[in-house]
Amino acid sequence: MSLESIVHVCLAGLSTGMFIWLVASGLTLIFGVLGVLNFAHGSFYMLGAYCCLSALKIMGGNFWIGLLIGPLFVCAAGFIIERFFLRYVYHLALPYQLLLTFAFVLVFDDLVRILWGGGSLGSPSVPGLSGSVDIFGRYFPTYNLFIIIVGPLVALGLWVLIEKTWYGRVIRAASTEREMASAIGVRVPALFTSVFVFGTWLGAMGGALAVPYVGLLTPGMGEAIIIDAFVVAVIGGLGSLKGAFLGALIIGLVSSFGTRFMPAFDMFLTFILMAAVLLLRPQGFFGKAS
Amino acid sequence: MNRHLNAFIAGLALAIMILIGLFGSRFVIYLTSRVMILSIFAMGYNVLFGRTGLLSFGHAAFYAAGAYGLGLYSLHVSSHPLAGILAGIVCACLLSVLIGFFCVRHTEIYFAMLTLAFGMMVFSLIWNMRSITGGDDGLVGIMRAPIALGLVAIPIIKPQAYYFLILLLLIVSIVLIYRIHHSPFGLVLAGIRENERRVAFAGVSLKNYRLGAFVISGTFAGLAGALAALLESHAEPFSAHWSHSAAPILVTLIGGLQTFSGPIVGSVVFIVLRETIERFTHNWMLWFGLILLVIIMGFRGGIVGILSRWRK
Repeated sequence: MSLESIVHVCLAGLSTGMFIWLVASGLTLIFGVLGVLNFAHGSFYMLGAYCCLSALKIMGGNFWIGLLIGPLFVCAAGFIIERFFLRYVYHLALPYQLLLTFAFVLVFDDLVRILWGGGSLGSPSVPGLSGSVDIFGRYFPTYNLFIIIVGPLVALGLWVLIEKTWYGRVIRAASTEREMASAIGVRVPALFTSVFVFGTWLGAMGGALAVPYVGLLTPGMGEAIIIDAFVVAVIGGLGSLKGAFLGALIIGLVSSFGTRFMPAFDMFLTFILMAAVLLLRPQGFFGKAS
Repeated sequence: MNRHLNAFIAGLALAIMILIGLFGSRFVIYLTSRVMILSIFAMGYNVLFGRTGLLSFGHAAFYAAGAYGLGLYSLHVSSHPLAGILAGIVCACLLSVLIGFFCVRHTEIYFAMLTLAFGMMVFSLIWNMRSITGGDDGLVGIMRAPIALGLVAIPIIKPQAYYFLILLLLIVSIVLIYRIHHSPFGLVLAGIRENERRVAFAGVSLKNYRLGAFVISGTFAGLAGALAALLESHAEPFSAHWSHSAAPILVTLIGGLQTFSGPIVGSVVFIVLRETIERFTHNWMLWFGLILLVIIMGFRGGIVGILSRWRK
C-alpha cells in the first residue's frame, strides 16, 4: 500500500473522528457534570442538522447563517428537557435516568418525521469550502479538511473554558462536590441547566456541521451517531473531555483503516475495542480511578 | 384473601387465553402470540433487571441467538420444532455464559455499556457473516413442521395450533420464573439489588449470582427469540440490535418494575397500544415516548404498582 493511500485513509479517519468528537464532547460534558448518560444527545445532533437546514433555507441559503441560528432552537429543547424533566430524576436509580432520555429519543425521532417528512433531505454546498484540494495527487474534500481543523479548536476552546475561566471553576467545583459548592453559594440547579444547554448546543453544532458532510439527512441519523459517541466516551473514560477527544481520534482511525482493510469487521473492531477498554481499564484512558 | 384473589386473576387470565386460542380471529391469535413471546422475553429479562438491579442493553443478542440457533438448526439439521427450539435455547444459554462471564465484573453504567458493546458485536457478526446468517436478509423459509412424538405427529402449521404451543411454553416459563424468584437463589438476587455489600459480607459470591441471573435471563430471551422465528418463519438481523434490547425494559417499566406480573401486563399493554396507535397515525413512537415520560415522571410503579396501591 502506497504512502498516498495511507495518508488519505488517515485523513478520512481524522474527519470521521472529529465528527464523533463534536457529538461526544457534549455527551461527556453532561455526563461529567450532571452524571447522566444522555441518549437524547444523538437526537440533538439530528435536530441540529435539520434546524440548520431549515434556517439556511429561510435565511436565503447561506450555510454559515444556518449554522449560527439552527442550533439555538435545539438549545431551547435542551432547556425544557433539563428544567422540566431531568431535574426531577437526578435522585433516582440509573435506569430511570437513561430511560427518560430514551423517551426523548422516541419523541424527537417522530417529531422530525412529522415536521420534515420521513424521506431524506439533500444538503447545500458551503460557500468558500465546496471544492476539494489536491493532496499527494488525490483529491480530498476541503470541507472535511475544515472539520479536521474545527475539532481541535473546539477541544481547545473547551479546555480554556473549563480550566481558565470562572465559569469553568464553578463547573469543576459543582461536579466534584455538589453539596459543598451549593453551601458556598453556587446555584447548582441553575448551573446544571446551563451546562446541559451548553452540551446540547455542542451536539446540535455537531449536527449542523455534519449537514454538508453527510449529504443526506435522514430521521435515523441520531441513533447511529449516539452509539459511536458512547463508544468514544467510554474509551476515553466517562466524563473526561481529554479522553473523549483521543477516543474519537482512535475510533475514527480504527474505523477508516478497518473499512479499508477488513470491511466486513469494521463495526466489530470498534465494539471489541470498547469492551476491551471497559474490562481492562474501566475508567478509560483519562478517567479517574474510582 | 390476597392469595385467593391472585389465583382467581391467574385462572381468569388462563381461561381468556384459551378462549382466544379457540375462537379468536387470525389477527387476534397472531397478536396474542406476539404478546406471549414478548412476555417470555420480558419476564426472563426481569430476573436480571427488576430482581438483581442490573440494566442490560445486550439482551437482544440472546434473543437473536435463539432465533438464529433455531433457524440454522431447522434449515440445516432437522426441522423438528422442539429440537429447533432446544437448539435456540442452548445457543442463547452458551452465548450468555460467555458474554456474562465478562459483563458481571462491573455494575451500573459500566455493566450497561459492556452489555451494549457485546450485544453490538453479535449484531455486527450477524450483519456481516452473510454466508451463514444471510446478512441483512436474515434467515428466511423457516418451516413449522409437525411435532413428531414417536407414533403421533402434532401439526403446528396452523396459527391456532402454534398458539397453544406458545401458551404451553409461556406457562412453563411463568412457573419456572416464579420458582426462581421464590428460591433461596432468587432471594439472594433481591438482596444484591438492595444492598450488595451486605450480601458480600454474608459470604456470597456476587459475581456468581449475577452470572446466574444473567444466564437465566439470556436463556429465556433465547426461548422467546426461537418462538418468534417460528411464528414469523424468519430470523432477522435487527432483532440483535441494541434498540431491540430496549423492548423488555420498556415493557417491564410499563407493567411495573419489581412486580412479578409486571412484564406480562406490560407486554399486553405495549402490543395492544402499539397496534391501536398505528391504526390512527404512523407516529406511534411519539405517543409511546410521551407515555414513557409520564410513567417515569409520575407513575414509577407501573400499572401493577398503581393497581396494588389502589387495592390497599
